[in-house]
Amino acid sequence: MRAFFALLARNRLALVGLIVMGCVMILALITPILPLADPDVTDTSQRFQRPFTEGALLGTDHLGRDLLSRLLWGTRLSLAVGIAAAVIAATLGAAIGIVAGFYGGRTDNVIMRGVDMLMAFPYILLALAIVAALGPGLMNALIAVAAVNIPFFARNIRGVTVGIANKEFVDAARLSGMGDLRIILTEILPNVIPVIVIAMSTTVGWMILETAGLSFLGLGSQPPKADLGSMLGEARSALITNPHTSVVPGVMILIIVMAVNLLGDGVREALDPRLRSGALTRPMAATLVRRKGPVPEASDDALLALRGLETQFHVKSRIYRAVGGVDLQVRPGECLGLIGESGSGKSVTALSIMGLVASPPGVITGGAVHYKGRDLIGARYEDLRRLRGNEIAYIFQDPLATLHPLYSVGDQLAEAITCHHNVSKAEARARAVNLLKSVRIPNAEDRANSYPHELSGGMRQRVGIAMALANDPEVIIADEPTTALDVTVQAQILSLLDDLRRERGLAIVFITHDFGVVAQLCDRVAVMYAGRIVEEGPTDAILNAPAHPYAARLMACVPELGEGRRELAAIPGLPPAVNDLPDGCAFAPRCDKAQPACRTGEIALARSSDVRRVRCIDPEPIPEEAAG
Amino acid sequence: MAGYILKRLISAIPVLLGISIIVFVIMALIPGDPATAILGSYATPENVERLNRDLGLDKGMVQRYFIWLGNMLTGDFGRSFALNRPVIDEVLERFNATLVLAGTSFILCSLVGVAAGVVSASRQYGLADKAITFVVLLGISIPSFFLGMMMILIFAVNLRMFPVSGMWPIYGDRDLAALISHLTLPALALAVVATGVIARLARSAMLEVLRQDFIRTARAKGVHERSVIWRHALRAAMVSIIPVLGIQAGFVLSGAVYIEIVFQWPGVGRMLVDAILKRDILLVQGGVVFVAACYVMFNIAVDVAQTLLDPRIRS
Ligand code: SF4
Repeated sequence: MRAFFALLARNRLALVGLIVMGCVMILALITPILPLADPDVTDTSQRFQRPFTEGALLGTDHLGRDLLSRLLWGTRLSLAVGIAAAVIAATLGAAIGIVAGFYGGRTDNVIMRGVDMLMAFPYILLALAIVAALGPGLMNALIAVAAVNIPFFARNIRGVTVGIANKEFVDAARLSGMGDLRIILTEILPNVIPVIVIAMSTTVGWMILETAGLSFLGLGSQPPKADLGSMLGEARSALITNPHTSVVPGVMILIIVMAVNLLGDGVREALDPRLRSGALTRPMAATLVRRKGPVPEASDDALLALRGLETQFHVKSRIYRAVGGVDLQVRPGECLGLIGESGSGKSVTALSIMGLVASPPGVITGGAVHYKGRDLIGARYEDLRRLRGNEIAYIFQDPLATLHPLYSVGDQLAEAITCHHNVSKAEARARAVNLLKSVRIPNAEDRANSYPHELSGGMRQRVGIAMALANDPEVIIADEPTTALDVTVQAQILSLLDDLRRERGLAIVFITHDFGVVAQLCDRVAVMYAGRIVEEGPTDAILNAPAHPYAARLMACVPELGEGRRELAAIPGLPPAVNDLPDGCAFAPRCDKAQPACRTGEIALARSSDVRRVRCIDPEPIPEEAAG
Repeated sequence: MAGYILKRLISAIPVLLGISIIVFVIMALIPGDPATAILGSYATPENVERLNRDLGLDKGMVQRYFIWLGNMLTGDFGRSFALNRPVIDEVLERFNATLVLAGTSFILCSLVGVAAGVVSASRQYGLADKAITFVVLLGISIPSFFLGMMMILIFAVNLRMFPVSGMWPIYGDRDLAALISHLTLPALALAVVATGVIARLARSAMLEVLRQDFIRTARAKGVHERSVIWRHALRAAMVSIIPVLGIQAGFVLSGAVYIEIVFQWPGVGRMLVDAILKRDILLVQGGVVFVAACYVMFNIAVDVAQTLLDPRIRS
């Protein structure tokens, strides 16, 4: 509860709401002892005095009654009625909800059917019908407003009760021979009360407004007693000549409802963990770039070259260094494997290339990605967009989540074409069907009309590949495209990719945690650990004789190289949290060969042969034939 | 699809029956002799006897309910003694006016609300987002009847841009231009609260969707951000926005009561309030059942729209 109030206090708007509401409540409470004129004494000689006149701070109404006094008394009445309605609705609603939730079965069914039917009414019609039957009057308006809000409480409380009624302590109470009433009062009610209070705090504003509304219509409080609604209703006939008589009560209702709403928002935010953690933030069109330090120059002839790429996640005050200075390059027609445990930063590296890291919280803080000599990091959005999918395309894991669920796959493929080429719809559609054929999807014409949920996992992944191929890109970045698939489908997809690479001269960056896949497809491989490349070189050389202790350990975990399905098995210890990287080698805490020198200063990715590089001060020796 | 619609229509029958029972029970709360209560000052002995016969008021509750239900099914909602015409005629006429008002408001609040929510979400924490969030807070806090009165004061009385009240000019043509000028203020006043609620929901629905993987896919394809937001994200967000539109339609219909009073719009809400004050019970009863039934039907339409939009439910 304390923490809850602390959270509430941190939300400044909610605090404003709380303070305003508190002031209004206090004013309403002390109204009887304030030196105010009698709110009901009429004096027609003093009618329609303007505000700020002598003796009437807010002026007078059509009967010469003091508006300030009537306002405060009216506020008192409105609050009292609104809160009373809320309490009644909450009590009865909770009682109904608890009975339905506790007994379940038939009782529950019948009650909830009734509740649903009450909720099928536009609420004010129901209130009007009740007032029509009982006759106008404040008490009847209160009953009507309470009654129409009962279903809301009943439904909410029932949900909570069902959850509690099945817990062990309730069973235990039953077994110990406690009566139902006692169980409800001692076991259920205490657990439900917080929910009731919260539901009340979010609806009391409505109820104040609704009772004011009924009074405004002339169906609530009757003269000479007036709540805010009937004050406004009475003032309506003088709206044009003496607007202040309307503005005074109207603004008061506005203030009250606004304060309650602010408070209610604060309460919800304090209670909803998702809102609290800021998880509901929207990733922007491209990853935020905030590079410090010099931008590396484009150096060699590589098609795509990453130079010292750094990507971080900024969450509140914590900084996660997901990618901490990665250098990689691919040449046309080459397949580069990027391998590592989950959390090693391989996916973030891949997504950084085209600015697809969700941001916030992602920020690219350094380095460069050169594509054909041009730096993509910090490129204008429009330039980046033209390259996306057109020259550098992605294939993602789990195509059920990565394909749009509400568009047919044909439409999604056609869109990939039309957003880069000015072709007719029919033309794009025809090309889409051809793409589906090229990834060996049978019945391509029919399949184009299917929605993602209608396809099998393997089919969906083929669609994902077809989408990547749509514009004949130069580079394909495949992020674990086969992980979600079974072994035979996986093999088919891999051989498909391999064929495409040979036919079209594609460069592929293949991200995986599976050495078997790397062995089958990749020319070169880079091993990532804690956001950095720890070893890089030709696939065969590294698979046969890993130089970095981490890579070596990974290999050792693989039972039989060259056969079957091998994945990175567990290595003792955990990869370091990337918001708390140790000095020196990140692998040191898990490394058998760790020595004091490993834990100080930067360890460079050094050449271990002509074509191999390793980031270790004491690498495993490389035999002659595995030097690459 | 046709099968689905039929199924939904059939499932509406118990709800409609439930509504009629609830209204019947509420009306049974009226203290004293029902015939006298219904007739009020028209309670001559002949009238009382005729009403007793027509409505079966001398019979038991259950029998009375079925007589009433049977009458309604044949379109006979009774007779308003205050207006001296059949209830159904009056209700239909008034409901038309309400439909014009509430329908316009509903379209307005759906379009503006969704658009505001989308803009707000796509500029999260930006200036536009903050401005919209503030206006929305103001919008959902201001009582519509007060807002309507202030609009009359400012736009009708001071600026003379629109007529003060009514649906048609007292003299002059009843053409579309006249209707629009009469409709603008009440439709706006009625739309404000619902617009705010829809904008809030649309914003959070969009934020939810924008974090999904398929949005990243769209971006990776090179889809322009405009299209990512308005085509990919909005389409997916609509799945959770549409049910709220259905709920808000109920609030617009409810709020119309206040707006009709403030702007003297000749709708069903004003009719009900007048009827309550005149104790014209049969008119209230008929009006409530009729409007509630229409609302149930509208919600079915919303459900159907929902299925049309989402192939996952469709198949
Ligand atoms: S640098 Fe030291 S701790 Fe790190 S892998 Fe090499 S030997 Fe092990």
